[in-house]
Amino acid sequence: MRVELDVPKCVASGQCVMAAPDVFDQRDDDGVAILLQEHPGEELLDDVREAVAVCPAAAIRLVER
Amino acid sequence: MVVGASAAGLAAAETLRREGFDGTLTLVGDEPHAPYDRPPLSKQVLSGEWTTRQLPLRPCADLDALGLDLRLGIAATGLDLADRTVRLADGSRLPYDGLIVTTGVRPRRLPGDGGAHVLRTLDDALALREKLTPGCRLVVVGAGFLGAEAAAVAWRLGVHVTLLEPAPVPLAHAVGTEVGRVLCQVHLDRGVELRTGVTVAEVTEEGVRLADGEVVEADEVLVAVGSLPGTEWLADSGLTVGDGLVCDEYCEAAPGVYAAGDVARWHNPLFGTSMRIEHRTNAAEQGMAAARNLLAAPDARKPFAPVPYFWSDQYDLRIQAYGCLRGHDEVTVVEGDLGERRFVAAYRTGERLTGVLAVGMPPKAVRAWRRAIAGGAAWREAVPAGGTEAA
Ligand SMILES: Cc1cc2nc3c(=O)[nH]c(=O)nc-3n(C[C@H](O)[C@H](O)[C@H](O)COP(=O)(O)OP(=O)(O)OC[C@H]3O[C@@H](n4cnc5c(N)ncnc54)[C@H](O)[C@@H]3O)c2cc1C
Ligand code: SF4
Repeated sequence: MRVELDVPKCVASGQCVMAAPDVFDQRDDDGVAILLQEHPGEELLDDVREAVAVCPAAAIRLVER
Repeated sequence: MVVGASAAGLAAAETLRREGFDGTLTLVGDEPHAPYDRPPLSKQVLSGEWTTRQLPLRPCADLDALGLDLRLGIAATGLDLADRTVRLADGSRLPYDGLIVTTGVRPRRLPGDGGAHVLRTLDDALALREKLTPGCRLVVVGAGFLGAEAAAVAWRLGVHVTLLEPAPVPLAHAVGTEVGRVLCQVHLDRGVELRTGVTVAEVTEEGVRLADGEVVEADEVLVAVGSLPGTEWLADSGLTVGDGLVCDEYCEAAPGVYAAGDVARWHNPLFGTSMRIEHRTNAAEQGMAAARNLLAAPDARKPFAPVPYFWSDQYDLRIQAYGCLRGHDEVTVVEGDLGERRFVAAYRTGERLTGVLAVGMPPKAVRAWRRAIAGGAAWREAVPAGGTEAA
Protein backbone atom coordinates (compact mmCIF):
# COMPACT_ATOMS: atom_id res chain seq x y z
CA MET A 1 0.00 0.00 0.00
CA ARG A 2 1.08 3.55 -0.66
CA VAL A 3 -0.03 6.62 1.30
CA GLU A 4 -0.22 10.11 -0.20
CA LEU A 5 -0.31 13.27 1.88
CA ASP A 6 -1.42 16.52 0.26
CA VAL A 7 0.56 18.86 2.53
CA PRO A 8 -0.95 22.20 1.37
CA LYS A 9 -4.43 20.91 2.26
CA CYS A 10 -3.50 19.85 5.81
CA VAL A 11 -5.12 21.95 8.56
CA ALA A 12 -2.97 20.55 11.38
CA SER A 13 -5.81 18.84 13.19
CA GLY A 14 -3.71 15.89 14.37
CA GLN A 15 -6.53 13.43 13.66
CA CYS A 16 -4.21 11.27 11.54
CA VAL A 17 -1.63 11.04 14.33
CA MET A 18 -4.28 9.78 16.73
CA ALA A 19 -5.58 7.25 14.18
CA ALA A 20 -2.23 6.00 12.85
CA PRO A 21 0.66 7.13 15.07
CA ASP A 22 3.11 4.83 13.26
CA VAL A 23 2.44 6.48 9.93
CA PHE A 24 1.90 10.15 10.75
CA ASP A 25 3.43 12.80 12.95
CA GLN A 26 3.04 16.57 13.13
CA ARG A 27 5.62 19.34 12.75
CA ASP A 28 6.26 21.04 16.06
CA ASP A 29 6.05 24.62 14.81
CA ASP A 30 2.80 24.65 12.83
CA GLY A 31 1.30 21.20 13.38
CA VAL A 32 1.26 20.28 9.71
CA ALA A 33 1.29 16.52 9.21
CA ILE A 34 4.42 14.54 8.33
CA LEU A 35 4.25 11.21 6.54
CA LEU A 36 6.58 8.89 8.46
CA GLN A 37 6.35 6.03 6.00
CA GLU A 38 5.01 6.15 2.49
CA HIS A 39 4.72 2.35 2.27
CA PRO A 40 3.45 1.14 5.65
CA GLY A 41 3.09 -2.61 6.21
CA GLU A 42 -0.27 -4.32 5.68
CA GLU A 43 -0.75 -4.59 9.46
CA LEU A 44 -1.27 -0.82 9.47
CA LEU A 45 -3.95 -0.86 6.78
CA ASP A 46 -6.84 -0.36 9.19
CA ASP A 47 -5.10 2.51 10.96
CA VAL A 48 -4.37 4.26 7.67
CA ARG A 49 -7.95 3.80 6.47
CA GLU A 50 -9.14 5.32 9.71
CA ALA A 51 -6.79 8.29 9.19
CA VAL A 52 -8.06 8.81 5.65
CA ALA A 53 -11.62 8.80 6.95
CA VAL A 54 -11.12 11.17 9.88
CA CYS A 55 -8.84 13.71 8.20
CA PRO A 56 -10.97 16.89 8.12
CA ALA A 57 -9.12 18.27 5.12
CA ALA A 58 -9.36 15.22 2.84
CA ALA A 59 -5.57 15.48 2.64
CA ILE A 60 -4.72 11.78 2.91
CA ARG A 61 -5.17 9.20 0.20
CA LEU A 62 -4.57 5.50 0.34
CA VAL A 63 -3.48 3.89 -2.90
CA GLU A 64 -3.88 0.15 -2.41
CA ARG A 65 -2.05 -2.33 -4.56
CA MET B 1 -29.56 4.74 1.95
CA VAL B 2 -27.77 7.93 2.93
CA VAL B 3 -29.50 11.30 2.45
CA GLY B 4 -27.15 14.33 2.31
CA ALA B 5 -24.02 14.01 0.16
CA SER B 6 -21.35 15.90 2.05
CA ALA B 7 -18.78 15.19 4.75
CA ALA B 8 -21.01 13.13 7.04
CA GLY B 9 -22.87 11.36 4.24
CA LEU B 10 -19.72 10.38 2.41
CA ALA B 11 -18.06 9.15 5.61
CA ALA B 12 -21.15 7.04 6.31
CA ALA B 13 -21.20 5.58 2.79
CA GLU B 14 -17.48 4.78 2.85
CA THR B 15 -17.77 3.15 6.24
CA LEU B 16 -20.72 1.00 5.17
CA ARG B 17 -18.57 -0.36 2.34
CA ARG B 18 -15.49 -0.72 4.49
CA GLU B 19 -17.46 -2.73 7.03
CA GLY B 20 -18.52 -5.11 4.31
CA PHE B 21 -21.98 -3.92 3.25
CA ASP B 22 -22.22 -4.91 -0.40
CA GLY B 23 -25.91 -4.31 -1.09
CA THR B 24 -27.38 -1.31 -2.95
CA LEU B 25 -26.08 1.91 -1.43
CA THR B 26 -27.92 5.06 -2.52
CA LEU B 27 -26.48 8.48 -1.72
CA VAL B 28 -28.91 11.34 -2.31
CA GLY B 29 -27.81 14.99 -2.35
CA ASP B 30 -29.59 18.13 -3.47
CA GLU B 31 -26.45 19.96 -4.55
CA PRO B 32 -25.37 19.28 -8.13
CA HIS B 33 -21.69 18.84 -7.20
CA ALA B 34 -19.88 15.68 -6.16
CA PRO B 35 -19.23 15.78 -2.38
CA TYR B 36 -16.85 18.63 -1.60
CA ASP B 37 -15.29 20.20 1.45
CA ARG B 38 -16.80 23.25 3.12
CA PRO B 39 -14.17 24.74 5.47
CA PRO B 40 -12.01 26.00 2.57
CA LEU B 41 -14.99 27.97 1.23
CA SER B 42 -14.48 30.78 3.76
CA LYS B 43 -10.68 30.48 3.48
CA GLN B 44 -8.80 29.39 0.35
CA VAL B 45 -11.78 29.53 -2.02
CA LEU B 46 -12.94 32.98 -0.94
CA SER B 47 -9.39 34.31 -1.13
CA GLY B 48 -8.91 32.82 -4.59
CA GLU B 49 -5.87 30.75 -3.50
CA TRP B 50 -7.61 27.54 -4.49
CA THR B 51 -9.58 26.62 -7.52
CA THR B 52 -12.63 24.42 -7.22
CA ARG B 53 -10.46 21.49 -8.36
CA GLN B 54 -9.03 21.22 -4.85
CA LEU B 55 -12.42 20.91 -3.20
CA PRO B 56 -13.79 17.42 -3.88
CA LEU B 57 -13.65 15.23 -0.78
CA ARG B 58 -12.49 12.27 -2.87
CA PRO B 59 -11.00 11.86 -6.34
CA CYS B 60 -13.52 10.55 -8.90
CA ALA B 61 -11.83 7.16 -8.99
CA ASP B 62 -12.22 6.66 -5.22
CA LEU B 63 -15.85 7.73 -5.39
CA ASP B 64 -16.53 5.34 -8.29
CA ALA B 65 -14.89 2.52 -6.36
CA LEU B 66 -17.64 2.74 -3.74
CA GLY B 67 -20.18 1.50 -6.27
CA LEU B 68 -22.85 3.97 -5.19
CA ASP B 69 -26.24 4.67 -6.64
CA LEU B 70 -25.37 8.37 -6.55
CA ARG B 71 -28.31 10.76 -6.97
CA LEU B 72 -27.07 14.31 -7.07
CA GLY B 73 -29.04 17.47 -7.70
CA ILE B 74 -32.23 16.03 -6.24
CA ALA B 75 -33.70 16.69 -2.80
CA ALA B 76 -35.38 14.24 -0.48
CA THR B 77 -38.80 15.68 0.34
CA GLY B 78 -40.29 13.17 2.74
CA LEU B 79 -39.85 10.01 4.76
CA ASP B 80 -42.34 7.25 5.43
CA LEU B 81 -41.14 5.23 8.41
CA ALA B 82 -43.82 2.55 8.19
CA ASP B 83 -43.15 1.83 4.50
CA ARG B 84 -39.43 2.44 4.83
CA THR B 85 -39.36 4.75 1.82
CA VAL B 86 -37.84 8.15 1.08
CA ARG B 87 -39.68 10.53 -1.26
CA LEU B 88 -37.65 12.53 -3.74
CA ALA B 89 -38.42 15.86 -5.36
CA ASP B 90 -39.25 14.19 -8.69
CA GLY B 91 -42.07 12.26 -7.01
CA SER B 92 -40.25 8.94 -6.92
CA ARG B 93 -40.09 6.78 -3.78
CA LEU B 94 -36.99 4.85 -2.86
CA PRO B 95 -37.20 1.92 -0.46
CA TYR B 96 -34.54 1.44 2.20
CA ASP B 97 -33.62 -1.14 4.82
CA GLY B 98 -31.43 1.25 6.76
CA LEU B 99 -31.25 5.05 6.53
CA ILE B 100 -28.63 7.59 7.59
CA VAL B 101 -29.71 11.23 7.65
CA THR B 102 -26.86 13.65 6.94
CA THR B 103 -28.66 16.71 5.61
CA GLY B 104 -26.54 19.25 7.48
CA VAL B 105 -27.70 22.79 8.11
CA ARG B 106 -28.68 25.80 6.03
CA PRO B 107 -27.95 29.43 6.84
CA ARG B 108 -30.37 31.49 8.89
CA ARG B 109 -31.56 34.51 6.98
CA LEU B 110 -32.66 38.03 7.86
CA PRO B 111 -35.69 40.00 6.69
CA GLY B 112 -35.12 41.52 3.27
CA ASP B 113 -31.89 39.65 2.62
CA GLY B 114 -32.80 38.35 -0.84
CA GLY B 115 -29.93 40.30 -2.34
CA ALA B 116 -27.49 39.50 0.45
CA HIS B 117 -24.86 36.76 0.48
CA VAL B 118 -24.77 33.74 2.71
CA LEU B 119 -21.83 31.34 2.86
CA ARG B 120 -22.62 27.66 2.99
CA THR B 121 -22.19 26.19 -0.47
CA LEU B 122 -19.62 26.33 -3.21
CA ASP B 123 -21.98 28.44 -5.29
CA ASP B 124 -22.35 30.88 -2.35
CA ALA B 125 -18.56 31.19 -2.04
CA LEU B 126 -18.00 31.77 -5.76
CA ALA B 127 -20.76 34.40 -5.89
CA LEU B 128 -19.26 36.29 -2.94
CA ARG B 129 -15.69 36.01 -4.19
CA GLU B 130 -16.64 37.60 -7.50
CA LYS B 131 -17.87 40.70 -5.65
CA LEU B 132 -14.92 41.16 -3.31
CA THR B 133 -12.94 43.69 -5.31
CA PRO B 134 -10.47 46.12 -3.71
CA GLY B 135 -12.19 49.15 -2.24
CA CYS B 136 -15.65 47.62 -2.16
CA ARG B 137 -17.59 47.99 1.10
CA LEU B 138 -18.63 44.73 2.73
CA VAL B 139 -20.87 44.51 5.77
CA VAL B 140 -20.69 41.15 7.57
CA VAL B 141 -23.65 40.55 9.85
CA GLY B 142 -22.55 38.26 12.68
CA ALA B 143 -19.01 38.01 14.09
CA GLY B 144 -19.03 34.29 14.85
CA PHE B 145 -16.29 32.08 13.41
CA LEU B 146 -17.76 32.10 9.91
CA GLY B 147 -18.25 35.87 9.77
CA ALA B 148 -14.80 36.45 11.26
CA GLU B 149 -13.08 34.20 8.72
CA ALA B 150 -14.86 35.87 5.82
CA ALA B 151 -13.99 39.30 7.19
CA ALA B 152 -10.32 38.32 7.45
CA VAL B 153 -10.19 37.11 3.86
CA ALA B 154 -12.07 40.15 2.55
CA TRP B 155 -9.66 42.45 4.40
CA ARG B 156 -6.72 40.73 2.70
CA LEU B 157 -8.38 41.31 -0.66
CA GLY B 158 -8.43 45.05 0.00
CA VAL B 159 -12.12 45.22 0.85
CA HIS B 160 -13.40 47.75 3.38
CA VAL B 161 -15.01 45.49 6.00
CA THR B 162 -17.52 46.28 8.73
CA LEU B 163 -18.46 43.51 11.17
CA LEU B 164 -21.77 43.92 12.99
CA GLU B 165 -22.41 41.85 16.10
CA PRO B 166 -25.31 41.93 18.57
CA ALA B 167 -23.31 40.64 21.56
CA PRO B 168 -21.06 43.03 23.51
CA VAL B 169 -18.08 40.74 22.80
CA PRO B 170 -18.16 38.40 19.79
CA LEU B 171 -18.11 34.69 20.64
CA ALA B 172 -18.16 35.43 24.37
CA HIS B 173 -21.02 32.98 24.95
CA ALA B 174 -18.83 30.23 23.50
CA VAL B 175 -15.24 31.07 24.44
CA GLY B 176 -15.63 33.51 27.33
CA THR B 177 -15.25 37.28 27.44
CA GLU B 178 -11.47 37.56 27.74
CA VAL B 179 -10.69 35.06 25.00
CA GLY B 180 -13.44 36.60 22.86
CA ARG B 181 -11.74 39.99 23.25
CA VAL B 182 -8.39 38.61 22.16
CA LEU B 183 -9.98 36.99 19.12
CA CYS B 184 -11.73 40.16 18.01
CA GLN B 185 -8.69 42.36 18.62
CA VAL B 186 -7.05 40.80 15.54
CA HIS B 187 -9.72 42.44 13.39
CA LEU B 188 -9.36 45.82 15.05
CA ASP B 189 -5.55 45.69 14.59
CA ARG B 190 -6.06 45.50 10.86
CA GLY B 191 -8.52 48.33 10.65
CA VAL B 192 -11.59 46.17 10.20
CA GLU B 193 -14.47 48.04 11.73
CA LEU B 194 -16.20 46.03 14.45
CA ARG B 195 -19.45 47.31 15.92
CA THR B 196 -20.76 45.29 18.83
CA GLY B 197 -24.10 45.50 20.60
CA VAL B 198 -25.88 46.29 17.34
CA THR B 199 -28.84 44.35 16.03
CA VAL B 200 -29.60 44.30 12.33
CA ALA B 201 -33.32 44.60 11.64
CA GLU B 202 -33.23 44.08 7.89
CA VAL B 203 -31.14 44.11 4.78
CA THR B 204 -32.00 46.94 2.39
CA GLU B 205 -30.93 48.25 -1.02
CA GLU B 206 -28.36 50.55 0.60
CA GLY B 207 -26.92 48.08 3.07
CA VAL B 208 -28.47 47.12 6.38
CA ARG B 209 -30.88 48.86 8.73
CA LEU B 210 -30.19 48.52 12.43
CA ALA B 211 -32.87 48.06 15.09
CA ASP B 212 -32.53 51.74 16.05
CA GLY B 213 -33.16 52.83 12.47
CA GLU B 214 -29.58 53.69 11.49
CA VAL B 215 -28.55 52.56 8.02
CA VAL B 216 -25.07 51.11 7.52
CA GLU B 217 -24.26 51.46 3.85
CA ALA B 218 -22.61 48.64 1.94
CA ASP B 219 -21.96 47.43 -1.58
CA GLU B 220 -22.25 43.82 -0.46
CA VAL B 221 -23.79 42.24 2.62
CA LEU B 222 -22.85 38.83 4.02
CA VAL B 223 -25.32 37.36 6.50
CA ALA B 224 -23.55 34.98 8.91
CA VAL B 225 -26.01 34.65 11.77
CA GLY B 226 -25.97 30.94 12.36
CA SER B 227 -27.84 28.07 10.84
CA LEU B 228 -30.91 25.88 10.95
CA PRO B 229 -30.80 22.09 10.78
CA GLY B 230 -31.89 20.54 7.49
CA THR B 231 -34.89 18.71 8.92
CA GLU B 232 -37.83 20.25 7.00
CA TRP B 233 -38.13 17.15 4.85
CA LEU B 234 -38.69 15.11 8.02
CA ALA B 235 -41.44 17.35 9.38
CA ASP B 236 -44.36 14.92 8.99
CA SER B 237 -42.28 11.73 9.31
CA GLY B 238 -42.99 11.11 12.98
CA LEU B 239 -39.33 11.48 13.90
CA THR B 240 -38.53 13.82 16.78
CA VAL B 241 -37.12 17.09 15.51
CA GLY B 242 -35.98 19.80 17.92
CA ASP B 243 -32.97 21.83 16.90
CA GLY B 244 -31.79 18.85 14.87
CA LEU B 245 -32.92 15.28 14.39
CA VAL B 246 -33.03 13.87 17.90
CA CYS B 247 -31.07 10.64 18.41
CA ASP B 248 -29.92 8.45 21.27
CA GLU B 249 -26.30 7.80 22.19
CA TYR B 250 -25.97 5.39 19.25
CA CYS B 251 -27.01 8.17 16.84
CA GLU B 252 -30.27 6.30 16.23
CA ALA B 253 -33.46 8.33 15.69
CA ALA B 254 -35.85 5.40 15.12
CA PRO B 255 -35.33 1.72 14.40
CA GLY B 256 -33.04 1.54 11.36
CA VAL B 257 -32.78 5.34 11.06
CA TYR B 258 -29.57 7.07 12.12
CA ALA B 259 -28.27 10.62 11.80
CA ALA B 260 -24.82 12.21 11.68
CA GLY B 261 -23.11 15.55 11.20
CA ASP B 262 -24.49 19.06 11.58
CA VAL B 263 -28.12 17.87 11.47
CA ALA B 264 -27.83 15.35 14.31
CA ARG B 265 -28.69 16.07 17.92
CA TRP B 266 -27.59 13.12 19.98
CA HIS B 267 -26.77 12.22 23.54
CA ASN B 268 -23.01 12.35 24.10
CA PRO B 269 -22.32 10.11 27.10
CA LEU B 270 -18.83 11.57 27.59
CA PHE B 271 -20.41 14.86 28.64
CA GLY B 272 -23.71 13.39 29.77
CA THR B 273 -25.70 15.78 27.64
CA SER B 274 -27.48 16.12 24.33
CA MET B 275 -25.58 18.12 21.72
CA ARG B 276 -25.53 19.10 18.08
CA ILE B 277 -22.15 20.00 16.64
CA GLU B 278 -21.33 21.95 13.50
CA HIS B 279 -17.70 20.90 13.16
CA ARG B 280 -16.00 19.28 10.24
CA THR B 281 -14.31 16.46 12.16
CA ASN B 282 -17.53 15.53 13.92
CA ALA B 283 -19.29 15.12 10.59
CA ALA B 284 -16.82 12.43 9.52
CA GLU B 285 -16.54 10.73 12.91
CA GLN B 286 -20.27 10.63 13.46
CA GLY B 287 -20.91 9.46 9.91
CA MET B 288 -18.58 6.55 10.59
CA ALA B 289 -20.14 5.80 13.97
CA ALA B 290 -23.69 5.87 12.62
CA ALA B 291 -22.75 3.55 9.75
CA ARG B 292 -21.10 1.05 12.10
CA ASN B 293 -24.05 1.06 14.46
CA LEU B 294 -26.50 0.61 11.62
CA LEU B 295 -24.69 -2.57 10.53
CA ALA B 296 -23.96 -3.89 14.02
CA ALA B 297 -26.04 -6.41 15.92
CA PRO B 298 -28.11 -4.55 18.57
CA ASP B 299 -25.86 -5.57 21.46
CA ALA B 300 -22.67 -4.78 19.53
CA ARG B 301 -23.47 -1.12 18.92
CA LYS B 302 -21.19 1.50 20.48
CA PRO B 303 -22.27 4.83 21.98
CA PHE B 304 -20.81 7.79 20.11
CA ALA B 305 -18.80 9.66 22.76
CA PRO B 306 -16.30 11.95 21.02
CA VAL B 307 -14.32 14.93 22.21
CA PRO B 308 -15.46 17.57 19.70
CA TYR B 309 -12.69 19.32 17.77
CA PHE B 310 -12.83 22.57 15.87
CA TRP B 311 -10.37 24.86 14.15
CA SER B 312 -10.65 28.29 12.57
CA ASP B 313 -8.15 30.37 10.58
CA GLN B 314 -8.24 34.14 10.79
CA TYR B 315 -5.39 36.24 9.37
CA ASP B 316 -2.28 34.54 10.78
CA LEU B 317 -4.11 32.99 13.73
CA ARG B 318 -5.04 29.35 13.94
CA ILE B 319 -7.58 28.71 16.65
CA GLN B 320 -8.12 25.13 17.81
CA ALA B 321 -10.63 23.93 20.35
CA TYR B 322 -11.33 20.57 21.94
CA GLY B 323 -14.36 19.55 23.94
CA CYS B 324 -17.31 21.67 24.99
CA LEU B 325 -16.73 25.33 25.72
CA ARG B 326 -20.31 26.58 25.54
CA GLY B 327 -22.05 26.89 28.88
CA HIS B 328 -18.78 26.82 30.85
CA ASP B 329 -18.54 28.12 34.42
CA GLU B 330 -14.90 29.25 34.37
CA VAL B 331 -12.06 29.94 31.94
CA THR B 332 -8.39 29.85 32.95
CA VAL B 333 -5.29 30.43 30.87
CA VAL B 334 -3.15 27.37 31.60
CA GLU B 335 -0.28 27.87 29.15
CA GLY B 336 1.20 30.84 27.33
CA ASP B 337 -0.17 34.34 27.42
CA LEU B 338 -3.35 35.91 26.06
CA GLY B 339 -1.58 39.15 25.15
CA GLU B 340 0.98 37.34 22.99
CA ARG B 341 -1.73 35.35 21.25
CA ARG B 342 -0.02 32.12 22.15
CA PHE B 343 -2.02 30.34 24.80
CA VAL B 344 -4.14 27.44 25.95
CA ALA B 345 -7.31 28.36 27.81
CA ALA B 346 -9.07 25.66 29.85
CA TYR B 347 -12.83 25.58 30.45
CA ARG B 348 -14.52 24.25 33.56
CA THR B 349 -18.12 23.09 33.60
CA GLY B 350 -19.25 21.88 37.00
CA GLU B 351 -16.30 20.02 38.51
CA ARG B 352 -14.84 18.87 35.21
CA LEU B 353 -12.40 20.06 32.62
CA THR B 354 -14.72 20.11 29.59
CA GLY B 355 -12.79 22.04 26.97
CA VAL B 356 -9.64 23.82 25.87
CA LEU B 357 -9.00 26.47 23.27
CA ALA B 358 -5.50 26.97 21.90
CA VAL B 359 -3.93 29.63 19.75
CA GLY B 360 -0.43 29.23 18.29
CA MET B 361 0.59 26.32 20.51
CA PRO B 362 2.55 23.20 19.46
CA PRO B 363 0.27 20.27 18.59
CA LYS B 364 1.66 17.94 21.21
CA ALA B 365 0.85 20.35 24.00
CA VAL B 366 -2.73 20.62 22.80
CA ARG B 367 -3.16 16.87 22.39
CA ALA B 368 -2.26 16.29 26.03
CA TRP B 369 -5.22 18.46 27.01
CA ARG B 370 -7.47 16.56 24.66
CA ARG B 371 -6.51 13.33 26.41
CA ALA B 372 -7.43 14.86 29.75
CA ILE B 373 -10.87 15.85 28.44
CA ALA B 374 -11.41 12.41 26.89
CA GLY B 375 -10.57 10.84 30.25
CA GLY B 376 -13.21 12.95 31.99
CA ALA B 377 -10.56 14.71 34.10
CA ALA B 378 -11.60 16.51 37.24
CA TRP B 379 -10.85 20.24 37.03
CA ARG B 380 -8.90 20.35 40.28
CA GLU B 381 -6.52 17.64 39.12
CA ALA B 382 -6.13 18.71 35.49
CA VAL B 383 -5.69 22.42 36.06
CA PRO B 384 -2.91 23.23 38.48
CA ALA B 385 -3.65 26.13 40.77
CA GLY B 386 -1.99 29.28 39.56
CA GLY B 387 -3.54 29.55 36.11
CA THR B 388 -4.77 33.05 35.39
CA GLU B 389 -8.51 33.27 35.61
CA ALA B 390 -10.00 34.87 32.51
CA ALA B 391 -13.67 35.61 33.08
C1 LIG C 1 -17.86 28.30 4.97
C2 LIG C 1 -17.71 27.26 6.04
C3 LIG C 1 -16.53 27.18 6.77
C4 LIG C 1 -16.36 26.21 7.76
N1 LIG C 1 -15.19 26.15 8.44
C5 LIG C 1 -15.01 25.21 9.39
C6 LIG C 1 -13.78 25.12 10.11
O1 LIG C 1 -12.84 25.90 9.90
N2 LIG C 1 -13.65 24.14 11.05
C7 LIG C 1 -14.66 23.26 11.32
O2 LIG C 1 -14.49 22.39 12.18
N3 LIG C 1 -15.84 23.32 10.66
C8 LIG C 1 -16.03 24.28 9.70
N4 LIG C 1 -17.23 24.35 9.03
C9 LIG C 1 -18.30 23.39 9.36
C10 LIG C 1 -18.22 22.10 8.53
O3 LIG C 1 -18.03 22.38 7.19
C11 LIG C 1 -19.49 21.31 8.73
O4 LIG C 1 -19.53 20.90 10.08
C12 LIG C 1 -19.60 20.10 7.83
O5 LIG C 1 -19.64 20.47 6.49
C13 LIG C 1 -20.84 19.31 8.17
O6 LIG C 1 -21.01 18.27 7.29
P1 LIG C 1 -22.41 17.58 7.09
O7 LIG C 1 -22.18 16.52 6.06
O8 LIG C 1 -22.99 17.21 8.39
O9 LIG C 1 -23.40 18.70 6.55
P2 LIG C 1 -23.32 19.63 5.19
O10 LIG C 1 -21.90 19.80 4.87
O11 LIG C 1 -24.17 20.76 5.50
O12 LIG C 1 -23.97 18.68 4.13
C14 LIG C 1 -25.33 18.40 4.04
C15 LIG C 1 -25.67 18.12 2.61
O13 LIG C 1 -27.01 17.66 2.52
C16 LIG C 1 -27.69 18.38 1.51
N5 LIG C 1 -29.13 18.36 1.80
C17 LIG C 1 -29.80 19.11 2.71
N6 LIG C 1 -31.12 18.81 2.70
C18 LIG C 1 -31.28 17.86 1.76
C19 LIG C 1 -32.42 17.13 1.28
N7 LIG C 1 -33.65 17.33 1.77
N8 LIG C 1 -32.24 16.21 0.29
C20 LIG C 1 -30.99 15.98 -0.22
N9 LIG C 1 -29.88 16.65 0.21
C21 LIG C 1 -30.03 17.56 1.18
C22 LIG C 1 -27.07 19.74 1.56
O14 LIG C 1 -27.28 20.47 0.37
C23 LIG C 1 -25.60 19.38 1.75
O15 LIG C 1 -24.97 19.10 0.54
C24 LIG C 1 -17.42 25.31 8.03
C25 LIG C 1 -18.62 25.41 7.32
C26 LIG C 1 -18.77 26.38 6.33
C27 LIG C 1 -20.07 26.47 5.58
S1 SF4 D 1 -5.70 14.59 9.85
FE1 SF4 D 1 -5.44 15.66 7.91
S2 SF4 D 1 -5.58 17.82 8.43
FE2 SF4 D 1 -5.25 16.74 10.34
S3 SF4 D 1 -3.02 16.78 10.64
FE3 SF4 D 1 -3.51 14.88 9.58
S4 SF4 D 1 -3.31 15.37 7.40
FE4 SF4 D 1 -3.40 17.31 8.50
